[in-house]
Order: sequence, then structure tokens, then C-alpha cells
Amino acid sequence: MSLGLVTAFYIAAAILFILALGGLSNQEKAKRAIWYGIIGMALAVIATIFGGSGHYWLLAPMVIIGGVVGAFVASRVQMTQMPELVAGFHSLVGLAAVFIGLNADVEAARVAAHLASGSTEVLTGFAATLAHKTPVELSIMRVEIFLGILIGAITFTGSIVAYLKLAGKTSSKPLTLPGRHAINLGAGALCLILGIMYFAGAGLWTMILVALIAGFIGWHLIMAIGGADMPVVISMLNSYSGWAAAAIGFTLSNDLLIVTGALVGSSGAILSYIMCRAMNRNFVSVILGGFGGASGPAMEIEGEMVAIDTDGVAAMLDDADSVIIVPGYGMAVAQAQQSVAELVRRLRAKKKEVRFGIHPVAGRLPGHMNVLLAEAKVPYDIVLEMDEINEDFPNTDVAIIIGSNDIVNPAAQEDPNSPIAGMPVLEVWKAKHVIVMKRGQGTGYSGIENPLFYKDNTRMFYGDAKKSLDELLTKLT
Amino acid sequence: MKIGAPKELFAGEKRVALTPQSAAGLKKLGYECIVESGAGEAARFSDAAYADAGVKVVPTAADLWAEADVVAKVRPPEASEVDLSHPGQIVISFVYPAQSTELLEALKAKDVTTLAMDMVPRISRAQKMDALSSMANIAGYRAVIEASNNFGRFFTGQVTAAGKVPPAKVLVVGAGVAGLAAIGAATSLGAIVYAFDVRPEVAEQIESMGAEFVYLDFAEAQQDGAATGGYAAPSSPEFREAQLKKFRELAPEMDVVITTALIPGRPAPKLWTADMVEMMKPGSVIVDLAAERGGNCDLTVPDQAIETPNGVKVIGYTDFPSRMATQASTLYANNIRHMMDDLTPAKDGKPVVNMEDDVIRGATVTNDGAITFPPPPPKIQAIATQKPKPKAVEETPEAKAAREAAEFRKASNRTTTLLVVGTLLLLLIGTVAPVSFMQHFIVFALSCFVGFYVIWNVSHALHTPLMAITNGISSIIILGALLQIGSGSVFVAILAALATLMASVNIFGGFLVTRRMLAMFQKS
Repeated sequence: MSLGLVTAFYIAAAILFILALGGLSNQEKAKRAIWYGIIGMALAVIATIFGGSGHYWLLAPMVIIGGVVGAFVASRVQMTQMPELVAGFHSLVGLAAVFIGLNADVEAARVAAHLASGSTEVLTGFAATLAHKTPVELSIMRVEIFLGILIGAITFTGSIVAYLKLAGKTSSKPLTLPGRHAINLGAGALCLILGIMYFAGAGLWTMILVALIAGFIGWHLIMAIGGADMPVVISMLNSYSGWAAAAIGFTLSNDLLIVTGALVGSSGAILSYIMCRAMNRNFVSVILGGFGGASGPAMEIEGEMVAIDTDGVAAMLDDADSVIIVPGYGMAVAQAQQSVAELVRRLRAKKKEVRFGIHPVAGRLPGHMNVLLAEAKVPYDIVLEMDEINEDFPNTDVAIIIGSNDIVNPAAQEDPNSPIAGMPVLEVWKAKHVIVMKRGQGTGYSGIENPLFYKDNTRMFYGDAKKSLDELLTKLT
Repeated sequence: MKIGAPKELFAGEKRVALTPQSAAGLKKLGYECIVESGAGEAARFSDAAYADAGVKVVPTAADLWAEADVVAKVRPPEASEVDLSHPGQIVISFVYPAQSTELLEALKAKDVTTLAMDMVPRISRAQKMDALSSMANIAGYRAVIEASNNFGRFFTGQVTAAGKVPPAKVLVVGAGVAGLAAIGAATSLGAIVYAFDVRPEVAEQIESMGAEFVYLDFAEAQQDGAATGGYAAPSSPEFREAQLKKFRELAPEMDVVITTALIPGRPAPKLWTADMVEMMKPGSVIVDLAAERGGNCDLTVPDQAIETPNGVKVIGYTDFPSRMATQASTLYANNIRHMMDDLTPAKDGKPVVNMEDDVIRGATVTNDGAITFPPPPPKIQAIATQKPKPKAVEETPEAKAAREAAEFRKASNRTTTLLVVGTLLLLLIGTVAPVSFMQHFIVFALSCFVGFYVIWNVSHALHTPLMAITNGISSIIILGALLQIGSGSVFVAILAALATLMASVNIFGGFLVTRRMLAMFQKS
């Protein structure tokens, strides 16, 4: 396949990728958009392979094994495990970037030696590209390799930590080592020094060290970030994996890699921004981890939590004409979305108005709740965003909170000293009655006390969300 | 104990305080029920129906008053009835204690315990026995029916082969229970309804019933209805003037005016003056629900429907609930039954007048040989105090324009700065970097912009699929591995092969997961 033809394929692939992302502007188009992405990827891979990659005997089994593993994992995973799966996948991209970066350096050294020896062996593929590079281009390439490895390694370990946290395999509490900012800064400076040494021609070992140190930075950064900020972290890592790909694209002089990397990178960056804005958090403080320390004592909470039993909830729902359900991570954990959907079907059959209010950061990644509800076949036109539904709470008879906490915390509006002060929240307490489904009396993910639970119109419905809902369904006629 | 209902003595009163249905409820509380023969006749409850429900029918009022421990009535007891009562008896009826001091004295002298249905405080718990509301609801509905009966046109607009009919315009003054009921009835007949009330907080309720709130532009802070237990309070002379001015504007357009304005313990305010009636079109109808207390309209004659010289009918009936005696009796008897429910905490047929209870204390006007009116304010406020609404600072158009201009300048300054810095940076890179790099850099910069614009359009609900799909796409890094896999170096080939493996996992996994996710989105 000629270089021109390969490039034509690349252009097609790039356009298809842009269409794929653009197609996500609405649900119906999105189903088509995914095919653009798949076809684009197929074109790119085929063009590259037939463009003369060589070593097909090695390549084919790798692609096949990888494909089978990927397909297996993707078809087995439950929708509630989406966040950790995406995080896990990011780590693969990060590690691949590190490997490719290291390879580029080894190749460069080999080609240089090859040219110096005056061998007449014909260089193919990447080596051929390298052979044509001028000394300036080679120096620039070193910067690119450095960046690719640095970002790739951070993505790799960061994603693994994110995966472990989301899967509950490690504590989701932020790890705050003493002087953690100093540690990060020191490690970053060390990387930079090694990068400069490498630029000056110090050799491969500097890059291997950079990979290790950057790996540590990634681990440490994400360890310091609390569970509530995970949506931001995931989209940030997503962004990193894109930038890593773009950096590698520069190294390999491959425009498709650059285009795609830039698309993914900017996409992740914008998502992180949207999410930070939704939580009224500063991006930098999220990335550096931990909440920014309360500026004064939290407001005293008066009153007590009043529990309610299944019969009480059933009666309340029987009397209600309009219901808004606010799901959170607790619904995902309890896998309660099917029961919720069944509850909605029953209530709607009785001509009650049932809607969902979704906070932008509900769950552990953006749009998490929408996906779970869609899985349970809840029609998406009754699933509304925070801004669309917030003013309807005063006219609502019952608001049901299923496993969410911070996103319905009135302290964000009432208590200027609260760590989440100013964060936009769903104003559920304005509904006539609020039912909070919760496992126990503890505080939420962020460890902030929630005055909602103590309000006069709030009733606590303790228990595992799924079990409680199933029991409730037996009481509703 | 026995609870009895006599025949109402007030002329034209058709209601009765006990129905066969409510008697069944009272029996469950442990009471025996008695009724004077013929008491329910006017409300279509025959003596036989009472007897079937297990109610003892006694021939005369004197028998009933002698036998009953609790007497339930609709209208306040007449002097002759007070004479029949005996010490220790409990009398439940409308009393209007503020206007009937003599009656209170007479009842006190007889050592009768009197509960006034019109004094039940307006708190949520007492709604079930709020007879004023249940009667006002009927009055509101009936007022519209009377108006329609006396109005020569349709209420609803119609376009027919025989010509176009404009809809009637109805103005409801005072949006209490009666007013709101009138709005509901009039809108469901198809009229265009306007409503006015001095309490600004009811605007929402008015609009919820489908009427348009007549907004009065008046600077003085209007009284919060919560302070007076949800009732209107007298307004200042200036406010009244502003209000009348508004009514004069509306008068020529209105076909039907229903006035329901009442202030507790005072004569009805005069809101619809003679000159407004003059202005109205012939055939228009005014229904004055406040006629009993003097009327909101200057021309109202209580208990009569009159026609003015310019052909406007003014209806001043005072017996709207009584005109729907069956319905009114059913509701009133239920109110009484609920009252007895509260009076009989043990459900043993023994009434306990618990003066610690907010509701009972409020309603009791004579007890233990003393007048207990007026009651102390209830412990629970009827309606939460309205929070003062934050005043939106009205921006003058100039200030707004200036602010917008400043914001625009700020935004464009920021953009300019960014562009200048970006250009300088690019130039700096351009001075050192070779052409080949700059060519790639163009591609990079443009892609960032494309990504930026494309992603902003992604709908919020699809953020998770977006992440999954970008994850899939980011495995484009496989190209790098594929380019290197053919290398002569074993080390490079192995690392490249591993990178290929990992990227492949990501390609298949990422896209499959995205597909699964998107397949689930569906519309109802």
C-alpha cells in the first residue's frame, strides 16, 4: 500500500472519529456514531498493517488475543462497574504509550548506529522515517518522547489506582501524606531534570527512570483524591491518555495519532471542566487532592433522623400525585436500578407523575445514573437534569433519595462553612415529603454531615436499596 | 351519651347538622344519635332514612333538647332554643361570637358549653372540621351557577355556523376558599377568569386554578396573610384607592363579577361601588357572596336579586350553601363528626372539652359558666411566615447596556490576550522548530479546536458513553505499536507487541462497552 493511500485512509479515519464524537449530541444519533468510531478504527489499523508494518506472525496473535480479552471483559462487565472498567482501560493506553516511547528511543539509537556503519540494509517502517530526520528534528523528538512517557506513565498508575478505588479494592479515602505537595513537586522537578539530561544525550536509562518516577506521581496524585471527586479524575485520566497519544504521534510523525490524541485530550479536559463546574470546585484543587479545608466550624444541626417503614412509604406513595426520584451511587452499589424502574412503572400506571432528577456528578462518573437507568429501560424523557427539575420540587409530593447524599445536601446552600458550600445541589428538601433510602446513619462519601436527614419533612428508610425497594413493591398494589 | 340535631328554625335554612351517613360515623365513636322529625326533609333526608341508619326520630324540638347531651346545629341557637337547653349540655353550631355577645351571655347563663364551628383555627390538623371552608367551597360554586343562570350568554366562547360567541369575562374579587372555588367553576364552564386579592401570596393559587391574577402595582408592603391566620386584613386608604381605580378600569369589560371579600370580625368592605355598576354592560351579573355581612357591592340587597336601571343584575342571596342543601348538609355533618372525633379521644361516647387542645380551645366560646371568647392565639401558626422575597434590583436600561458592554469588553480583552500570547508562543516555537514539526503542529492545534467545539455539544446524559468511546478511540495508539513492531531489534519488537496487545484489548473492549451502553437508551 502506498504512503498516499495510507494517508487517505488516515484522513477518512480522522473524519469518522470527529463524526463519532459529534454524533453524541443526542441519543438516537449516538447509536450511529459508535459505528463511525468502529469503522474509523478499523480503517486506521488496516491501513497501518498493510502499509508495511512487518512481523505479521507476531502482530496477528497479539491483536487476536487482545481482541478476545477485550470483548470478553466488555460483555461480562455489569453496568454498575462501568467506572472502574473505563479507568482500567485507560491504564492500558498509558502503558502502551510508555512502551512506544521507549521503543522510539531504542529505534533512534539503532538507526543512528546503522547510518554510522554505512550499512546498505533497507530500513522499513518507523526506522525509515527516523533515518530521514535531521538532528534538530531528532532533538525535538526527544522532547516528544519525554512527554509521551511522562504522561503515559502518570496515566498508567493513576488509572490503576482509580480502578482499585472504584472497585472498592482499596480505600476511597484520600491518602494525605505529610508534605504531599512537596513530594509531587520534587518528583516533577526530578523528571524535568532527567528530561533535560536525556535531551542532552544521557541515554535510555533517564527515560526508564522518568517512567518510574512519573508512575509514582500518578499513583500518589490519585491516591490523594477523595471518592467524591472520582468523576473528575476519570475524565482527567481520559484526557491524559489522549495527550499521551498525541505526543507519541509527534514522535512517530503520524498525523492520525496527533488528531485523535488531540480530540480525546480536549474531550477529557472539557469533561473535567464541566464536572468541576457542576461541583463548584476548582480544577487545580481537585487534582491536588483533598478538600480545601473548612474555613470555620460547620453549622450545628438540629433535630433528629426519623425512620419510616415500608408500609409508611407505600402509603405516602399512594397518596402522592407527583414523585421525583433522585438516585445516587448507592443505587448503583445496591444494583437497585431494575427495582427502581419497576417502581416507576407501577407508579406511572397509576397515573402519577414520576420523574428523575439527576445531578451532574451523581455516581462515580459523568452520566453514570443515566446509563444505569437506561439499562433498566427507564424512558429517558422522564430523566431530567438538575437545572431542569430543581424548580419543580416545591410542587412535588414526594422526593425519593436513593443512595445519594452530597448532591442533595442543603448545607451547600445554607452553611457557608461547609466544605461543599456553593456547590449546586438538588433542592429535594422543598418537596412536601422526602424519603431517604440509606444503608445506615453514617455520613456520605465525602464525610460531610447532611442536614437534610434531620429536616421535619424527611423520613429515613434504612436498608439496602434493592431489598427495601423489592419489599416496597410487594406493598404497592 | 346522645347527640341530636333539631330542625333549623332560621327562615329558609334547609341544611341539617346530622345525616344518616354521619350518624353511622358517630355511632362508631360510641354515641347514640337522635334527630327531630322532619329535620332533614328540606335536605332530602327523610325520617325513614334516619331510622334506617339507627337514628332515633323524636317528634318535637323540646324532646330533642331534653334528651340530647350534645346538640349539633347549623345556624346559631335562637333564643327559644337557648331556653330549651339545660346545664352541662354541649351545643355545636356556627355562632359568630364576635357579633353575638347577647347569645354568648344567654348560653353562659344556662351553663352550656358552646363550640363555634366558625372559630375552628385554620391549622392543618383542623382542616377536616373547617366548616367555613366546606361551606365557602359550595358558595363559590353556587355563585357561578347563579351567575350563569342569570346571564344571557354562554360562559364559553364558541364559533358556530350561526355566529361567533365571545367567552364571558368573569372577575372574582377575593381569592379565599369561595373565590378559588368560583374560579374553578367558572374556568371549567369556559369563561375567561380574572381574580383579585389583597394578599399577594395567593397569586400562585389563583394562577393554579386557571385564572389570571389582577396585579396591583402598589409600593406599600402588602400584608402577609400568614400573620392573620390566612385571612385578609383591612388595607390602608391609599391601597383601597389604588384597588378601586383598578376595578374601575376592569368594570366595563367584565360580564360577571363575583365578590367574596370578607375580613374576619368586620363588615364586608365596599369594593364594587355604584359607579362601577353604572359602567357595566346591560345583562351583566354581580354575585355578592358577602351580602350577609353588608355586601361588597354598594347596591347589594341581602337575600334578593335586583336589577339596576342599566340592566345589571345584583344577586345578594345569603343562603348559597343552603341552596345546595343535600351537598352542604353532607359536608357540614362530616365536619361535625370530625369535631366529635376530636372531642372523644377515648372513642367511648363521652365528650371531653380539653381546653389544652388548640383546636378545641379555639372553637369553645362558653364553658363552665364562663365566656371563653376570644381564644388565645393558637400555639401552631396556621401558615408558615412568608420569607420576605429578595428584591430584584431593577436595572435601568443604560446600566444594563453599560454592564453588558463592560462584560463584552472584558471577554474580548481576554480573548485578545490569549490570542496574542498564543501567537507569540507559536512564533517562538517556529523560530527553532523545523518545518516538519510545524506541519504536525498545525494539525494538532486544529484538532484541539475541533475537539473543543464537538465536545461542547455532547448532551449531558451521554457523558458516560462519551468517555467510553473516547477511551476506545484513544487506543489509536496501536498505530504507534504497529509501526514499530516490524523493527529489527528484538527488544523493540517485543515491547511493540505488548503495546499492540494492550491497545487491542482497549479497542474491542471500549467500543463494545459503548455499544452496549448506547443500545440501552430508549424513549418511552
